[in-house]
Amino acid sequence: MVKVHLWSGLRAFAGGAEVVEVEATTIGEMLDALVAAHPGLEDAIEAGVSVSIDGRIIAAGLTEAVAPENEIYLMQRLKGG
Amino acid sequence: MSKIHVTTTVNGDEVEFLCDSRETLLDVLRDRLNLTGAKEGCGTGDCGACSVEVDGRLVCSCLMLGAEAEGKSIATVEGIAEGEELHPLQKKFIEYAALQCGICTPGILVAAKNLLERNPDPTETEVRYWLAGNLCRCTGYDKIIRAVMDTAKDMREAS
Amino acid sequence: MALDEYKPQKGGTEYDPEKTEFTFVGTRPDRPDGLDKVTGRAKFGADMSAPGMLHAAIVRSPHAHARIVKIDTSKAEAMKGVKAVVTRADFADDIPFKPGMGGELWNVLENVMAGEKALYDGHAVAAVAATSALEARDAAKLIEVEYEVLPHVTDVDKAMAPDAPVIRAGTRDRSVPEGFNENVVRYHESGHGDVESGFAEADLVIEDHFKTEATHQGYIEPHACLAMLGNDGKGELWCCTQGHWNVQKLCAALVGIEQSQLRVTASEIGGGFGGKTAVFIEPVALALSRKANRPVKLVMSRSEVFRATGPTASTSMDIKIGMKKDGTITAAQGTFRLQGGAFPGAPCEFTAMCAFAPYALENVHQVGYDVMTNRPKQAAYRAPGSPMAAFAVESVIDELCKQLDLDPIEVRLKNASKEGTKASYGPRFQRIGLVETLEAAKAHPHYSAPLKPGQGRGISCGFWFNHGGETSVTLAMSEDGSAQLMVGTPDIGGSRASMALMAAEELGIPYENIRVTIADTASLGYNEVSHGSRVTYASGLATIQAARDTVRKLKKRAADKWGIDEDAVYWEDGYAKPSGPNAGEFEPMHISKICAKMGATGGPIVGHYEATPEGAGVSFATHIVDAEVDPETGKTSVVRYTVVQDAGKAIHPTYVEGQYQGGAAQGIGWALNEEYIYGEDGRLQNSVFLDYRIPVASDLPMIDTVIVEVPNPGHPYGVRGVGETSICPPLAAIANAVSAAAGARLRELPMSPPRILAALEKQANG
Repeated sequence: MVKVHLWSGLRAFAGGAEVVEVEATTIGEMLDALVAAHPGLEDAIEAGVSVSIDGRIIAAGLTEAVAPENEIYLMQRLKGG
Repeated sequence: MSKIHVTTTVNGDEVEFLCDSRETLLDVLRDRLNLTGAKEGCGTGDCGACSVEVDGRLVCSCLMLGAEAEGKSIATVEGIAEGEELHPLQKKFIEYAALQCGICTPGILVAAKNLLERNPDPTETEVRYWLAGNLCRCTGYDKIIRAVMDTAKDMREAS
Repeated sequence: MALDEYKPQKGGTEYDPEKTEFTFVGTRPDRPDGLDKVTGRAKFGADMSAPGMLHAAIVRSPHAHARIVKIDTSKAEAMKGVKAVVTRADFADDIPFKPGMGGELWNVLENVMAGEKALYDGHAVAAVAATSALEARDAAKLIEVEYEVLPHVTDVDKAMAPDAPVIRAGTRDRSVPEGFNENVVRYHESGHGDVESGFAEADLVIEDHFKTEATHQGYIEPHACLAMLGNDGKGELWCCTQGHWNVQKLCAALVGIEQSQLRVTASEIGGGFGGKTAVFIEPVALALSRKANRPVKLVMSRSEVFRATGPTASTSMDIKIGMKKDGTITAAQGTFRLQGGAFPGAPCEFTAMCAFAPYALENVHQVGYDVMTNRPKQAAYRAPGSPMAAFAVESVIDELCKQLDLDPIEVRLKNASKEGTKASYGPRFQRIGLVETLEAAKAHPHYSAPLKPGQGRGISCGFWFNHGGETSVTLAMSEDGSAQLMVGTPDIGGSRASMALMAAEELGIPYENIRVTIADTASLGYNEVSHGSRVTYASGLATIQAARDTVRKLKKRAADKWGIDEDAVYWEDGYAKPSGPNAGEFEPMHISKICAKMGATGGPIVGHYEATPEGAGVSFATHIVDAEVDPETGKTSVVRYTVVQDAGKAIHPTYVEGQYQGGAAQGIGWALNEEYIYGEDGRLQNSVFLDYRIPVASDLPMIDTVIVEVPNPGHPYGVRGVGETSICPPLAAIANAVSAAAGARLRELPMSPPRILAALEKQANG
């Protein structure tokens, strides 16, 4: 199981949880599992999220590996000007 | 609507063209004479990207009508280099990275050349005020001012 | 996480701490496009023509908010020389509307050409193509649009009021809590700890309100394009853009053709700063071209650029910060309301996430609101959202330092985020260089230089995430041993020089032997826009990898020739060499010798790399500024300015300095002069450079720069993006300097003379 930290604005869609545990080995699996566990998260994840794994920010990659020992945060999709 | 026939000199060459009475000198240079070095950044004389010399005077070509070029001598950025030899300002602008995107560069080079012909030893303040009519959004002007000052110094030492 | 614990990524794109000696990287050669740029022959957006070309003009709404009752194009169509007129009916009709950012394609279409309503002053409603630019403009005046004017709102706080006119019902997404006006379309909330208990621990708590006006990116080149589209669905487009694959994708969808059938070539670009990451006129020119079956050139006027292209968001912000007497920040809270025009997308989440990033905080809470108004669709502008947040937060930090009599740099050092700090936006920081920028600022002679009477000094930190993004690069060897490098990120500030330096470093051939081209969409795989300070990072990383791929192939050819294993060959200074006595005795083989025979030894030698690099390191800066305020006129002069910023590794230091100086200058304009001014009628009142005044040469001092280099773990040489962070500190640094000089706190931008005078008067009256 990986532990995924949600930003506060998302918690209302995950039954108030700050951290959601799901079974996943990649970011893609993790996002799918989050939506399966909490369908309310689908809009936000569809709109685009970035993921921080141990402080490294993955803007879009779904194939990056995630493991139980990682510190994982969902972030709103990053872009620039 | 009948067009106006104009005969003028551009960068030393005699040219003729027909233009609408509403066309600016900038329109004529770019669209009729294929000299696209002068740029239109505003069309209202505020940005200086279209700077050219008319009989040695620095003007915004977007504020002058094409028809008014009759009998005049126009100098644009395309005429600054002599053959393959770049003007010292052109060399220094490359060396100093006095441009980022480069859209303002033609106008600034025309304006700076005009300044150095009038005043070979300008102060930093004089350069800044002379170029105050040429907007640059990329550089913060720092490297442009240094390039102009240093070119002036080189040209003084060479003469 | 320490650097030595950092897990290498696939493909060797991680930082190599062994690589400290460079031959080319870090030098300052002339840029490859220098000659073109100083002789006027560089071709920008409006500089291209085509045989049989038509010129186009756009009809724009004079109303801030109006229902389009009827558009009568008959008079225009009957005019001599007119070849095509288009309205919304000429664009794709199968793009679905969705709430929030899910319907972004619909938003782009709606912005490119209005549907049922005109949503802001300047919104496009129709367009015409004719045989000359003058005729096109005349014809545009003959297009008759009947409007039913609706109530409008342009201010962010007013748009949030319960009785404000609703711009578009159904736009808000599910993130928005109950109870807000429908103009609040997205909501962000993040943070950690307990701010209330944090404030209780503080010796001093300051709570304040700030506002910033919208500013424009102000690139000197207006949007311009030349389009050709046939009814066979095949098209060609030349345009000035920060990203031509994005243009291809959006335009193809908007005019209803296949993406691959539209070839887009990026012209030289006359500045973008985020504002050329969108499409505005390109789909219109394509639609006109298809209808007329001729090439169509479309160039915006400056006034159109101001009225209808991306300004940044305007903001209304509340900040509350608690501090102990020793300077420790105990809690921080921010509310950020961003107005982004008549569409969702104002970067409220970035404003919130960047706001407190420089500080290690146990208790932090931030909230962002994305609010719609009757203004043009905001576009990205250099670190979108971050400069405004820094203005508000760093002003409050400055005020706390003042009231507690603490040195502003010491306080920032005391609370500074470091490697391992839990960021205000959630995760822990990897290796970052904030402390190094603060130490360098503290040690800089500027910080201790005496001030003259009437002058004040301000400092501020700033933060931006930076970005990686989809990237493709190809490097093709020529028979003489020179190299052609094709990248897909438009070069806005000299990036071709940086790419050539990195390729030279890897290949071991001179910088001058590499020709860098910005390839068109048909010549390379997808490349994301030149944004997010990603070019030197991501295209640079891809260039290094493509060069390494090329070197592998070059080594293979030498190994084959020598009849040894390719692993027994190493590459040094442009030569293949046998790696030791066991490999055999062979004369080193130069790249030109290998390439001369490449046709007969296996064919062309081409290296490439395609990936989405995900290691863009975040970046910090600290700025010092001295300002002088004239109490008679309220005019502020910036008399000295120093930028200190972490570049990770400066590839071409001169162009890094240029990014620092340019960001500072734009920040000075934002802080002191620039603003969108709307009248009661909802019309933009200052749509020319005379009235929207950006800094000119005589407004500015020289801008000193200090390049700090704390390597980014996610790039082979340690590069961090540098383009955006430089605009984050200036608004606050100048506000703090002005506050010190004037003895009054300025809470609204721009700090124009009337606002300064009002603040001075308020101060004098207690």
